[in-house]
Amino acid sequence: MSVAVLEPLRAVFTLPNDDPRKTVAVALALCLACSVVVSTTAVTLRPLQERNAALELKREVVRVAGLDDPGVSLSQAFERIEPALVDLDTGELIDGEAAATYSYRDAAQDPAQSTALEQDPAGIRRRPNRMPVYLVREDDALETIVLPVYGQGLWSTMHGLLALAPDGRTAKGLTFYEQRETAGLGSEVASPKWLGQWSGKTVIGPDGAPVIEVVKGSVDPSAPDAGQKVDGLSGATLTSNGVENLMSFWLGEQGYGPFLARLVESHE
Amino acid sequence: MEHYLSLLFKAVFVENLALAFFLGMCTFLAVSKRITTALGLGLAVIVVQTITVPVNAIIHQYLLQDGALAWLGLDELDLSFLGLITYIGVIAAMVQILEMTLDRYFPALYQALGIFLPLITVNCAILGGSLFMVERGYDIPESTVYGFGTGLGWALALVLLAGIREKLKYSDVPDGLQGLGITFITTGLMAMAFMSFSGISI
Amino acid sequence: MNGNDTKLLIEPIVDNNPITLQILGICSALAVTTKLAPAITMSIALTVVIVGASVIISLIRHHMPSSIRIIIQMTIIASLVIVVDQVLQAFAYELSKQLSVFVGLIITNCIVLGRAEAFASKNPPWPSFLDALGHGLGYSVILITVAAIRELLGSGTLLGVQVLPLLEDGGWYEPNGLMLLAPGAFFIIGLMIWGIRTWRPQQVEKPEYRIHIVHRTEPG
Repeated sequence: MSVAVLEPLRAVFTLPNDDPRKTVAVALALCLACSVVVSTTAVTLRPLQERNAALELKREVVRVAGLDDPGVSLSQAFERIEPALVDLDTGELIDGEAAATYSYRDAAQDPAQSTALEQDPAGIRRRPNRMPVYLVREDDALETIVLPVYGQGLWSTMHGLLALAPDGRTAKGLTFYEQRETAGLGSEVASPKWLGQWSGKTVIGPDGAPVIEVVKGSVDPSAPDAGQKVDGLSGATLTSNGVENLMSFWLGEQGYGPFLARLVESHE
Repeated sequence: MEHYLSLLFKAVFVENLALAFFLGMCTFLAVSKRITTALGLGLAVIVVQTITVPVNAIIHQYLLQDGALAWLGLDELDLSFLGLITYIGVIAAMVQILEMTLDRYFPALYQALGIFLPLITVNCAILGGSLFMVERGYDIPESTVYGFGTGLGWALALVLLAGIREKLKYSDVPDGLQGLGITFITTGLMAMAFMSFSGISI
Repeated sequence: MNGNDTKLLIEPIVDNNPITLQILGICSALAVTTKLAPAITMSIALTVVIVGASVIISLIRHHMPSSIRIIIQMTIIASLVIVVDQVLQAFAYELSKQLSVFVGLIITNCIVLGRAEAFASKNPPWPSFLDALGHGLGYSVILITVAAIRELLGSGTLLGVQVLPLLEDGGWYEPNGLMLLAPGAFFIIGLMIWGIRTWRPQQVEKPEYRIHIVHRTEPG
């Protein structure tokens, strides 16, 4: 740049600080500098961040499906998992490549791809019309179904994954990979110890309605329906209620109910 | 109407920004020595909050949200990473305007609030209000009610603490706890009391 | 480094600590101290932001129009916070998830703007650097101490490693849930202030009102 162009710039910056022209010039220069720095960082780091998020989701799916094995790399383990999309109203599987890039969070924001809820126990306001599911097959036989679930806890929206056995009624595992509940109390919702007790519980009854309950305190193991109850989180009744509500929503008629009913039919 | 009343109640009592989310603590502790100063600052926070939350809601909805620029034909653009800087920019601008207005028309109040007026900008309660609005997806009328409610709740907690501290100065507090120490403990006790509101829904 | 420089660096750590003496930066101190690991990350993030902001603001201090100075400072701080947040998301994804909201709240941490406004905008870069580093460290000391106490008493762990064996796992320690809730943080900071001021009596605040004991000898 030639000196002639720089000259007026220098003149502006030698003005006294309270001169309006200087104020505008400083504001402009600062905005320019900051926007360049911020945008450059955001744009250059975005691919890395997206990779992190995608990797994390894959890792969580692999873990909840019980496929994590120290000897197998994540991408190898994920190869056994088949992502698909489900139309929640009809319960039909939609095939196509869309499943890999589909984001239910974006869909829930978009009125064209989601439905406002009248009955909203999970506190999510709008439900996406389609949800991704992850199917694990062993020699063509369905082994595990992984369903994303989310709903309101006490403070935050909790995002999790529920793994079901091929009968569509028995839980194989549960994880919450995103939550901001009260640290130390509600946040135990993501602890392996609490999540571990979900494995083997019956979440859907013979009539197809969700039966799983999160009780206050501990479950009496001798009770006849102990198989459909899990211990509440101590000191976090509202987070526990949140988990129960989001389960009854996502496993019910408005959630994966129709899809699971179809699946059970074909399984039997 | 009922919906807005319930939102207002929730914002003022159940989810009190100061006592349930612990936002805006620095100013909360520093400006709670006198009820009159507390009232002044509380009022300023209500005004700033009622303006900034809906303004940020509009900006979020029409500029920053993923796909919000569809009306410009840029429906792929996601500017949400600029959220933080935009909200704080709006807040800083509002505060500076308020500061200039007070300086010009209400010099007494300007003197009283002194150094703490610029600190409203760094009051986490104000930024927190905008961030919660975005996270919960409030629309514009809702965010106006929410902004007013959170401001009112914060001001209420501040005036309550100021009331306690005005009485507390007549108590015989151990030397090391004098002032700040006992204030922290009082706030802890107030926070425990406000925890009983948590989870109430109307 | 001469004596004055050392004073700038050391003073905010004990004698003029931003949290316990200047009541600044408490919001985040409460929110991230339930566990030690996020508290350490938060301390590093805040120290980086406060040092960066102070140096930049000090460099441009002669060109700052007073009518828009706060917006300028906030813009610089917010840009630095976004950069730190983006870097954390890209290279330390797990930690950034634990801290998500709180990194954003560094913008509203009064220590950062407080130092920018009170010191960096009036002093050359090198003293501003030391002053900012000192305040960052002063904040870190309190944050890490509070987090260590809360994690140890609240969950019996330190950095996730079990230190006190819990009763429910066959040990002897019953975790104190109050430590994990925010009132617990207030009590700990209150008691820490008591401790520091007993150690350094010159920090004790003058009571605004003294109770005078009157010995009455005549019947009233």
